[in-house]
Amino acid sequence: MYDIKALYEAQSVADAVRLRLEHPQAQIIAGGTDVLVQMREGKRAGAELISIYGLDELRGVSLDGEENIRIGSLTSFSHITKDPVIQRYINVLGEAVDQVGGPQIRNAGTIGGNTCNGVTSADSASTLFAWDAVIELTGSQGVRRLPIQDFYLSAGKVDLRPDELQTAILIPRDSYESCFGHYIKYAMRNAMDIATTGCSVNVVLSGDRRTIRRARIAYGVAGPIPMRCPSAEAAAKGKPLTDGTVEAFAAAVLEDIRPRDSWRASKAFREHIAVELARRCLREACELAGGAME
Amino acid sequence: MSTQYKRIRCVVNGKSVERMVDVRASLTDLLRNDFRLTSVKKGCEVGECGACNVIIDGECFNSCLYLAAWADGKEIRTLEGLLGPGGELSDIQQAFIDEAAIQCGFCTPGFIMTAVEILESGRAYTDEELRKLLSGHLCRCTGYENILRAVKKTMMKRLEASRGQGGAV
Repeated sequence: MYDIKALYEAQSVADAVRLRLEHPQAQIIAGGTDVLVQMREGKRAGAELISIYGLDELRGVSLDGEENIRIGSLTSFSHITKDPVIQRYINVLGEAVDQVGGPQIRNAGTIGGNTCNGVTSADSASTLFAWDAVIELTGSQGVRRLPIQDFYLSAGKVDLRPDELQTAILIPRDSYESCFGHYIKYAMRNAMDIATTGCSVNVVLSGDRRTIRRARIAYGVAGPIPMRCPSAEAAAKGKPLTDGTVEAFAAAVLEDIRPRDSWRASKAFREHIAVELARRCLREACELAGGAME
Repeated sequence: MSTQYKRIRCVVNGKSVERMVDVRASLTDLLRNDFRLTSVKKGCEVGECGACNVIIDGECFNSCLYLAAWADGKEIRTLEGLLGPGGELSDIQQAFIDEAAIQCGFCTPGFIMTAVEILESGRAYTDEELRKLLSGHLCRCTGYENILRAVKKTMMKRLEASRGQGGAV
């Protein structure tokens, strides 16, 4: 038995919004793989829960009218990995969420929950940051969309208003077109572990595939929330596919990241692997895009 | 404060059932206490060990991190559902015995239900893929090699049998 004071099960998105207003102290529960663990640990003892797990309308991946990729917030990690739209346009996201926890956790956990937790180590977050994902929130005033960088406020805190729930994550068309990416999770174990640091890089190459037209990079666990590295991106933009470009790009990440010492790893170690991950991810992304290193 | 209940209807191991469940109950609680399906083990209860793993609508879930209230309308399968009408063991259960993939047996039902999901996909997997698919379970006795062998052996046998019948692989 969980120490749950009351369970309110939403029947629709509108119903969930109503329940949020009616029970401001209640916690939203989606797949439960974080909230229920926290309840076991006693962190949310006696909590009231608003369950949105039954809202099938928030499941699945599709292309909207403007050909943006729309990922319903309750889509499970395993369904994202298996989805043909994801595999075709943003396969790296499917690969990234295939490294969350273990197989059963990936059947239960949702991408909406992964981002609403606001934790820096979320395996989906660095890729979503690196692909300029847009978060869709639905509240009593209607729908609000904001860039994922604005959604994350501080460690464990996201811009989710008291009447809102996250209903979708969008990847804009101009973000995924001709874009190829790679994610590396550095952790102590291959399964059931949290990233020491995670790095996601994607590139768009020039027509002749000799120049990097656009490079984007984001990290998890390189600061209190996931973050992009503008210095590294600027260092690679418009540059030829050479070892020198890769080195300049990787070295520049140190100007942007702010890792800390924790029991998992030291700041120095995190900086060291951050540079190495940037190097490897950029090379792999360029290769996926059909470019050959000179 | 009075206890909150919810009426649920679901299918457990092929049988339609209806129950009033305490909303605080996990699916592990429901399966063990209401249906005496004690193959569903209480291990870590935080989704790490996989001992409580069951199949819900064709996919594996740790039932310790699943509210009993969510089971409404779902089809749930546990290890008990694998037995034949006379209590015969299924091929995957027998393979676990043959390969000595069992010692204390606590992790076994969870592992076998994941193996069932793997086998029912009808696909062939590499050892590396199988290791990843089985990675949501902890075993403190066998060192995993025998478990991997049992799953692989059953996979090969089933694929061979379906080929023999001209079935798709």
